[in-house]
Amino acid sequence: MSTHTSQYQKKDLPPVVGQVGFGLLGVGLLLALVSFFVDPLRTKFISIMLFMFLAGIGVTSLFMVAIEYLAGAVWSTPLRRIFEMFSSLILFLPIFALPVVFSMQDLYEWTHKTDEILARKAAYLNQPFFMVRLAVIIGLWIVFYKLFTGNSLKQDTTQDQSLTAKNVKLSALFIPVMGLSITALSIDFLMSLEPHWFSTIFGVNFFIGSLTAALAVITIAVVLLNENGYLHPGTVRDHYYSLGFGMIAATVFWMYTAFSQGMLIWYANIPEETPWYLHRWDGDWKVITLAQILVHFIIPFFLLVQRKNKRNPNRMLFASVWILFAHLFDLYWVVMPAYRPQGPIIGWNELGFVLLAAGVIITVFHQQTKRKNLVAVGDPKLQRGLEFRL
Amino acid sequence: MSNQLYALSGQFETPDEIMHAAEEVNKKYKQYDVNTPYPVHGMDGAMGMGESPIGWVTLVVGTTCMLLMLCFIAWIQLVDYPTTFAGKPDFNLPGYVPILFETTILTGAVTTVLTLLFVVCGLPNNAHPIHDTNYAKRTSDDRFGIYVEAKDPAFNEAEVRQLFEQLGAKDIAPIYIDAEEVAAGKNMSVLKPQFIGFAATVVLVISGAAYFGLNHMVFLPPYNWMSVQPKVVPQKTNTVFKNGVSMQLPVEGTIARGFIPYAKVGAKEGFGQSMANPLDPTAEVFALGEQKYLTMCSACHGNYGQGDSRLNGQYPAPPSLHSKKAVEWADAEIYHVITNGQNIMPSYAKQLTRDERWAIVHYVRALQRSLNPKETDVQ
Ligand code: HEC
Repeated sequence: MSTHTSQYQKKDLPPVVGQVGFGLLGVGLLLALVSFFVDPLRTKFISIMLFMFLAGIGVTSLFMVAIEYLAGAVWSTPLRRIFEMFSSLILFLPIFALPVVFSMQDLYEWTHKTDEILARKAAYLNQPFFMVRLAVIIGLWIVFYKLFTGNSLKQDTTQDQSLTAKNVKLSALFIPVMGLSITALSIDFLMSLEPHWFSTIFGVNFFIGSLTAALAVITIAVVLLNENGYLHPGTVRDHYYSLGFGMIAATVFWMYTAFSQGMLIWYANIPEETPWYLHRWDGDWKVITLAQILVHFIIPFFLLVQRKNKRNPNRMLFASVWILFAHLFDLYWVVMPAYRPQGPIIGWNELGFVLLAAGVIITVFHQQTKRKNLVAVGDPKLQRGLEFRL
Repeated sequence: MSNQLYALSGQFETPDEIMHAAEEVNKKYKQYDVNTPYPVHGMDGAMGMGESPIGWVTLVVGTTCMLLMLCFIAWIQLVDYPTTFAGKPDFNLPGYVPILFETTILTGAVTTVLTLLFVVCGLPNNAHPIHDTNYAKRTSDDRFGIYVEAKDPAFNEAEVRQLFEQLGAKDIAPIYIDAEEVAAGKNMSVLKPQFIGFAATVVLVISGAAYFGLNHMVFLPPYNWMSVQPKVVPQKTNTVFKNGVSMQLPVEGTIARGFIPYAKVGAKEGFGQSMANPLDPTAEVFALGEQKYLTMCSACHGNYGQGDSRLNGQYPAPPSLHSKKAVEWADAEIYHVITNGQNIMPSYAKQLTRDERWAIVHYVRALQRSLNPKETDVQ
């Protein structure tokens, strides 16, 4: 076959990528600061969304890396370095956690109020333990990130196959750790916004929503880089197809968990479970709740269901951008009713944070590409990955 | 062999070779096929095949069956037999989503497989010229084969052989149509009475077995050993007693142990001062009275006896237990109402023991006192 692993030539990304990243970062930061002085409480709530957005994308990108090793998948090997680069967002999570950590008194009712239910939850929901959990979770993720990418980068030069074996073992450890930690994180940051409420599938729902977003970010990067010749020339549309396949699968699973959570609570109609949904059924929140089905399921599903579309770069880009929007929409729906029960409100404050998030992701990614190959050139599975066809 | 030529075949050793061969053959011929021992990814691309239309079958059948199921549920729930579950509306769409989802998946998947087997592959006719050839044996074992059919307009045996040789094929061999097999195959079609008969037999046997198993077999010995036992069963004639009833009445003139019959059943008056409450008003008695009152009486009389029935007018609301009449009543009169019933209020003698009834009387008294306390109670 004509492709060979040695055909990859590292090229630096054009400076415009960095400029766009910095530009968005700057404008986003400015808007965030202004927003903080104009409407502090709202900004604090939005900062939860920002943190969870970046945390979710970071850790599920690392999850994609781990699942590739664990499943022995080959289709994603030519793209794995991109997953690794996005998972470096994990390194910056401590910074984005700060705004939330410093305004916990304003954001989380359980920090200063108590009643019989909260008193019984206090063994878990208390500030010191919250901090410990946060530190442990981010700490673990950083350790795993360093180990995974360290081994993977070393392989670029040494071509040592035992590094793959090491990462396989690491993945087997990482996946349960990630399952528990992302659940804990979503409970701490999102579910405890309305601390009387609980749902056991909440963590899964957040995880899978983040995975759709991570795949969308990865797809955008892969399509843009590959169409402009920055990846291995053997990367073809069948690889896009697989990313699209992952996105549609994750989207359907997101709807599955979201619906099963809502439907079971609605059906059982137990007073301790319904308030969360009642808050999302009050006033205009109802519109947002129902729009979720369209935005987060029906539209992406039909954008991606056909094989044609999953192999078409432009349609994949469109679908990915849409899915990112849908994930933000979902986070907004989870977080903001706690801030404004009377109805949704969207303005430049929220937009500023979207720009900030985009700026962070682009800048971090751009920095990553400077020092590293964009393809895991030493990976023993790379050749087979390039030969991957449907 | 006098048989007609079907195709010319060639065999290759590696997947790469067959991919290349398919690409080359595809340039010139349309009627050809590739056989490999396992799926070779990218083959449909090499053979210039477009997207398979089978997905549309899944989509159309899945959606249609989902809508049919929705209509079916709507018919049951709105027309044929409306039932209320858990206080939800009769037509309770979110609750049907799981059913609709499963229906879509099940029907979509099953029809896709059946379409592939019976429409695309033409089962049960499995006749094919490559059967029993060296080509079929090797390509289902360790080689990758390709053949170009004679009916291809561009087919020319010598040219195809030359192309195969250029590509490095091994064992280039013609494949002939076996007239006997074709004739036998023609007899096998889904529409043939034999096949329809066979399918009908399968359906009848399976559903008959299921019907017999669930409706008859479980009632035959030894499966019925659990249900048919030599014991007294409700609603069944008892041959031991003359009157055929298992639950015999007590011998006339006797009473059961611990049971004191109520003498004033049906009495209209004259029970007022007949007896005093035999229970002392202790905390336990009040607790028992409260519990029993809330269980047995509160649905009609309201938690505080004010006649604010929770039944929302489905049963006539009773008068308040705080009326002058009820307050002035002797304990025995309240006891009489509970035991005997009064007009449309039924008797609760069967549901409540004597002591429980007296405990309720204490509790009702306490309720009455609570609305109308004496000076001494307040201090
Ligand atoms: C099914 C509804 C229902 C339940 C349950 C019920 N009651 Fe009644 N009760 C009535 C109605 C209706 C009347 C009025 C009957 C009449 O028309 O005289 C009544 C009358 C009475 C009266 C007489 C009040 C009066 O002013 O004439 C008393 C005392 C009483 N109930 C006590 C009880 C107690 C104690 C219980 C629990 C053991 C009980 N009831 C359970 C429906 C109920």
